[in-house]
Amino acid sequence: MRTLTYAQAIREAHAQLLARDKRVFVLGQGLWSPWYAGSSLENLDREFGKHRIIDSPVAENATTGMAVGAALAGMRPIVFHPRMDFMVLAIDPLVNQAANWSYLFGGQIGVPMVVRAVINRGSEQGAQHSQALHSFFLHVPGIKVVMPSTPADAKGLLIAAVEDPNPVMYLDDRWLYSETGSVAEEMEPTPIGRAAVRRAGSDVTIIGISYMAQQAVLAAETLEREGISAEVIDLRSLKPWDRETVLVSVAKTGRAVVADPGWRTGGASAEVAATIAREAFAMLEAPVERVALPDTPAPTSRAEEMAYYPSAGDIVRAVRRTLTPFSLKSNVRLNRTAMGGAAA
Amino acid sequence: MTRDWLFERWKTMVRIRGAEEAVARMVETGEARCPCHLYIGQEAIAAGVCAALTREDTVWGGHRSHGHYLAKGGSLGGMFAEILGKESGCSSGRGGSMHLLAREEGILGTVPIVAGTVPLAVGAAMAYKLRGEPQVAVAFFGDGTLEEGHVHESLNLAAIYKLPIIFVCENNLYSSHMHWSERRVADNLHEAGLFHSVPGERVDGNDVTEVFAAAQRAVEKARANGGPTLLECRTFRWRGHVGASFDLDVGVERRGELNEWLQKDPIARLEQELGAGHELKFAAIEIDREIEEALESARRSADPRPSRVLEHVFVNGAAA
Repeated sequence: MRTLTYAQAIREAHAQLLARDKRVFVLGQGLWSPWYAGSSLENLDREFGKHRIIDSPVAENATTGMAVGAALAGMRPIVFHPRMDFMVLAIDPLVNQAANWSYLFGGQIGVPMVVRAVINRGSEQGAQHSQALHSFFLHVPGIKVVMPSTPADAKGLLIAAVEDPNPVMYLDDRWLYSETGSVAEEMEPTPIGRAAVRRAGSDVTIIGISYMAQQAVLAAETLEREGISAEVIDLRSLKPWDRETVLVSVAKTGRAVVADPGWRTGGASAEVAATIAREAFAMLEAPVERVALPDTPAPTSRAEEMAYYPSAGDIVRAVRRTLTPFSLKSNVRLNRTAMGGAAA
Repeated sequence: MTRDWLFERWKTMVRIRGAEEAVARMVETGEARCPCHLYIGQEAIAAGVCAALTREDTVWGGHRSHGHYLAKGGSLGGMFAEILGKESGCSSGRGGSMHLLAREEGILGTVPIVAGTVPLAVGAAMAYKLRGEPQVAVAFFGDGTLEEGHVHESLNLAAIYKLPIIFVCENNLYSSHMHWSERRVADNLHEAGLFHSVPGERVDGNDVTEVFAAAQRAVEKARANGGPTLLECRTFRWRGHVGASFDLDVGVERRGELNEWLQKDPIARLEQELGAGHELKFAAIEIDREIEEALESARRSADPRPSRVLEHVFVNGAAA
C-alpha cells in the first residue's frame, strides 16, 4: 500500500467512483478552484469533464435539492459544501426531504445521495467559517453521518457513502488534509456503522470523533509515558454508531472519555456518554468524561482560538480525571468546573 | 384539437373532480383524518399539462397534488387508500394526502413543504440531461411558492444548465388565506423567471386546450435542448386552502371572486365545446362507478401493523 494524504485519498475515491459509475457526479461550490477543496478535488473537472464536476452558483439550498431530485431520478450525486456553515442554508432538502423520503413512501423509494461538507476551523476565520455541525444531523432519523479521521477511511467511507442507497452526510476536516497514511489502491469501502480500534489499552477508553480521534491517538502516546494504558476508538461513523465496540471496550477498561470536535450541549459526545452510562453502568469506575467545544460560537482572534479548540492535552487531562479517586462530592465539584470550559 | 382528444381531457378532469368530491365528503364525515387540500376548480391545468407528457416524464408536486397524481396516471384506489392511511396506499399508508407516489407513472413523491420539490424537479432534469435521455421534469407549484427564495435559485440553475424542465405555476390567487395583493405589489408572476433568463407565459388555466398548447410548446423546446420555461396558469381553487369548506367561514373575503370563478368552471367550459349528450352522461356514470369501487376497495384494505412504525427509515439493500 502507498502512503497518501487525507486530501489525496478523498480525491482518489472521487476519481475511482466517477470512473466506475456513470451515475456519479459532483455538484457544489468551488469544484474548479483550489481555494475551496484544497487538493481533494484537484483537476477532477479536467479528468471527467465539467458536466460531471459541476461548480455551481452560490445556491446551497437548490443545489442540495437538485442532488435529492437527481438521486430520485436514478443518479448517484455527491453535493459539495466547502464550508459546513453555508450548508445551513440547505437544511430543508436534507432534513425535510432526503431524510424523510424512504419512510414517507414506505421504503418504496430512497435517496442515494452523498452530502459532503467540510469542517474548516481555526485560522481566525471566526464564527461563520468554523462550525462543526454534525450533531444537528444525528438528531434526524433517515440520514447517515460519517466522519473519517484517517486517509484510509477518507477514501473508504466516501466509497461506502456513494454505494449506500440512502442519504449519507460525509464530513471531512481541513485540519486533517495533510495527514498521511497507507491507503489501499483498490476501492475498499469502510463499512458505515463500524468503529475502528486505533490502539488497544486496558485503563481507559477514549472515543474520538473525526479530528479528535486523531488527537486521541496522540493523547494515548502521552498517557503511555505516564504508565496509563488507553484504548482509542475512532467512531468514524456517527449515525449509525458502533455501540458494541464502544461498550465492549468500556466493559474492559471501566473508564471512558468521549472527544468530539463539536459543541458540548446536545452534542454527539452526550449521546455516546448517555449510552455508556445506561448500558455499561455496572462496569464504570468513574463518571464518563467529555471533551468538546465550549458552548460558544467560534472566536476569531488567535489568542482566543488557542483557548477554544480542545486538543490532545485536554484529552489527557480528562483521562487523568477518570483515574482520580472518585467520591460523589468531588464529582459535583468537577462537573461544575467542566461546565465552564472545553475540558477544565 | 379533435373531439376525441377533448373527450379524453374531459374524462380526466371529471375523474379528478369526482375523486376530490369524494375526498371532501370523507373529510366532512371525519373518515379522512389527514390534511386534504382539494384541487377542485384547477383540473384543466393538471389535465392539460400531463397530456403533453409521456409516461417516463416526471411531475413534481406539493400539498395540492391529487390532480397531478391522477392526471399523470396514478391509481384512484392507491390514492384513496393512502388518504385513509391504509397499507395498500400508493405510499404504503405512510404519506397521506400530501405525500403521493406513483413511481411507474413518473411521480417520485409529492411533499407539502412549499417549494420543497422545485429544486428536486431541477435535479431530475439534470439527471435526464446527464444521461442524454429525452425526458422532461415538470414542477407544479402554487403562486405562494414564487415567494420562496430557493425557487429563484432553481430558476437560475435550470437556465444556466439549460435543463429540460417546465415550471408550472398554478396561480389560484391565494396562498393559504392570503390574496396575492396582500403578498405582492404587482400581478406579474409570469415574469418571475425573466431575470434568470427563463421565459414565461401567462395562460388561462381554466382552458384545457390553452394549457395543453403552452405545455406542449414548452415540452418540445425542453426536449430539443432549449431549456426551461415558466407557465403561469391563472385559476381559482373553489374550496379552502385545506379541507372541504368553501373558505367563506374563516374570515377570507372571497365570496364575490368565488361566484365569478364558478362561472369559469373548466369542466363546464369543455362541455360547451363537446356538447351535452348521452356519451358524456354514460362516461360520467362510468367514472362515478370507478370512483365508488376504488373507494370501497380502499375502505376494505387493512390498516398498517402498528409494529411497522420502526420500519423503512432507510431503504434496504446495497446499491447496485
